[in-house]
Amino acid sequence: MIYAYIGITVLWFFLFCYIIVASIDFGAGFFTLHAKLTKQDKKINHLIARYLNPVWEVTNVFFVFFFVGMVGFFPDTAKYFGSVLLLPASIAVILLSIRGSFYAFENYGPDTKLPWLAMYGLAGLFIPAALATTLTISEGGFIKEHGGIIDLNWVELILSPYAWAVVFLAVISVLYISSGFLTFYADRARDTEAYRLLRYWFLFWGPPMIAISIFVFLSLRVQNETHFMNAVVNYWWMFLLSLLFFIGAMILTYIKKAHGVAFIFVMLQMGFAFFGYGASKLPYILTPYIHIKHGVTNPSMAITLITAFIFALLLLIPSLILIMKLFVFDKQYVEGKK
Amino acid sequence: MDSVELARFLTAMTLAVHIIFATIGVGMPLMFAVAEFLGIRNNDPKYITLAKRWSKGYTITVAVGVVTGTIIGLQLSLLWPTFMQMGGHVIALPLFMETFAFFFEAIFLSIYLYTWDRFKNKWTHFLISLPVILGGSFSAFFITAVNSFMNTPAGFEMKNGKMINVEPWVAMFNDSFLIRSFHVVATALMTMAFVLAAIAAFKLLKNKFAKDTEYHKKALKLTMILGIIFTLGSMLAGDMSAKFLHKEQPEKLAAYEWHFDTSSKADLVLFGSLDEKTQEVSGAVKIPGVLSFLADNNINTKVKGLDDFPKELRPPMIVHYYFDLMVFMGVFCLVVSGAYVMTLVFKKFKRFTHSKPMLYGALLTGPAALLAIEFGWFLTEQGRQPWMVRGYLKVADAATQAGGLTLVTVLFALLYIVLIVTSAYVLIRMFRDKPAYKDVERLKQERGDV
Repeated sequence: MIYAYIGITVLWFFLFCYIIVASIDFGAGFFTLHAKLTKQDKKINHLIARYLNPVWEVTNVFFVFFFVGMVGFFPDTAKYFGSVLLLPASIAVILLSIRGSFYAFENYGPDTKLPWLAMYGLAGLFIPAALATTLTISEGGFIKEHGGIIDLNWVELILSPYAWAVVFLAVISVLYISSGFLTFYADRARDTEAYRLLRYWFLFWGPPMIAISIFVFLSLRVQNETHFMNAVVNYWWMFLLSLLFFIGAMILTYIKKAHGVAFIFVMLQMGFAFFGYGASKLPYILTPYIHIKHGVTNPSMAITLITAFIFALLLLIPSLILIMKLFVFDKQYVEGKK
Repeated sequence: MDSVELARFLTAMTLAVHIIFATIGVGMPLMFAVAEFLGIRNNDPKYITLAKRWSKGYTITVAVGVVTGTIIGLQLSLLWPTFMQMGGHVIALPLFMETFAFFFEAIFLSIYLYTWDRFKNKWTHFLISLPVILGGSFSAFFITAVNSFMNTPAGFEMKNGKMINVEPWVAMFNDSFLIRSFHVVATALMTMAFVLAAIAAFKLLKNKFAKDTEYHKKALKLTMILGIIFTLGSMLAGDMSAKFLHKEQPEKLAAYEWHFDTSSKADLVLFGSLDEKTQEVSGAVKIPGVLSFLADNNINTKVKGLDDFPKELRPPMIVHYYFDLMVFMGVFCLVVSGAYVMTLVFKKFKRFTHSKPMLYGALLTGPAALLAIEFGWFLTEQGRQPWMVRGYLKVADAATQAGGLTLVTVLFALLYIVLIVTSAYVLIRMFRDKPAYKDVERLKQERGDV
């Protein structure tokens, strides 16, 4: 049974990585579009492109890793989520495709076109909304089952205030995380104009983000009371830490100090909230259909997967460090001198 | 269409689109690595420019490859949930490792594309192409392992409709894994060489910028030589596949050749048409004994016929045409590249090297190789019908029952049309009116040669 917990931790960790790097990516797309429309593009677009061009493809792999690993460790999820998510996941992946390919067409192609920029900028905001729906569904209550056939209860989902709150939270978090990272990146690049704009956005999105998170947290009580009580009783300290890191990040950015630390605070804030949410949700992966203990793969495959995973990390971590060194921590590259 | 047919149609559509970009993805890194290697070794800026321009175009195809690959990865669970629940825990290892290989490739590809001028030693940048090649080839290997498992399942026991006692490594290294991966990688390299050759031939035929002629001739020579090597490799792999099918999946081989009666000295059937009721083949060219020879290097070998298999377990008869077309396209590429290489080897044919017929032939090898890839995959996938996992799970029992499938199919069809048209548009504009000699001159200036 220990494999089930190792598996879900690994997967949750990769999902967290995806959320951070994808948020930076999606938010940046929206900021690029916004800057273009308000004629501020000369200020920030070159900065965003310098960061995004080399890394967007790597971002995508975190996501692939998550759902491939999910099916590998918990094959039952394929049956339930696979059936239920046909429409939401298809829409999400269509948006992802538009986002990824039009990003490439726009940025690697011979010239730029506003409609393409609009396509990937807007798709970037709809993706988190579509993906967040999956988390909502996993809380239970949106699935109907009759005669062995499972399907999504659409009406219920669309009318649910909880579902909408999660969607808004996802979209605003994207803008918040993205502006947080790009403030740091602009500061490193000594790009004053971009820095001013991004810092403004970060401070702008912070308060509504935290307000909606609290609303989501409270409305979880209506949606899935067991989950809510578990979060409040056993994991309250994680949510409290998350809030403290949020305040820390806001203060540091407001007084224009230590933007690197501020972004680490943002990651910790998101991390504590995300892992607190995940840990309190267990033991169900999909309430009440998939219990973590019953859904896990056979032990021989679990051991092999974990072994493969460890060996792969030995290759991947140095590679990731290398790419960060080249495109994030290399001062001259960030400043646009390379 | 019912949900099974819709799910099949949507999967086929996604794979048909993805395979174009995936093939380029597997084949291309070796091409620009070879060009860069030659450029550094011979100190020839033209080869470096080749590598740069190829990899620049590659950024576009890679993006579409990544997104269509993500789609098929998710669609496996969305369209075939029963299959993934039943088999997901048996094939998880290669699926997982494919993602790692892809991860590895994505990281180093990004580094390769954005560090052309960042290293002092020229070889350092070249070295970065090696993990890209490895990552690309290995992801092809692992994903083929998943597909091979569906053809030759192994590494589990069946009990009460569940796969138990799973042995991950046995499932991954199933019987057909090695031969099929070899075939996939060899044909990807072959296709990429010919696609690039076709581009060079096109540019030479059009001859828009006289100063570019030498550059495109270099490209044509390099790609044609690589092309013939990989074509020979592909043919070897194809021959091994036929022998493998004869042993392990005889119904597939028999369907390829409309071979009904088990017999020795079996005929190879080229094209023609089939009356399914009478099992009569008309209008075909039959070559006696060749099918037996193909199956076992001996014309007396007995080849199992379709009559030995119950009707409901036979693949659709259309696969015969795919087989013929695939082989035909492959042979065409071999003939053209063979003729080209001959003109290089024998001095007296030298005047034909860049003659019009030769260039038109080269121009056609690119599309021909891509079509061969498509036909080959249609062949192997439909040749497995009616099975999803051969002998264990039928396609008809595996499809999703969820509502909204028609809508999803239409949405994806629209997406693919937009992606294909736009990526072609971007790629064409990227290189039209952008002569290569200017890139070469810029490179020379940067290096201080001028």
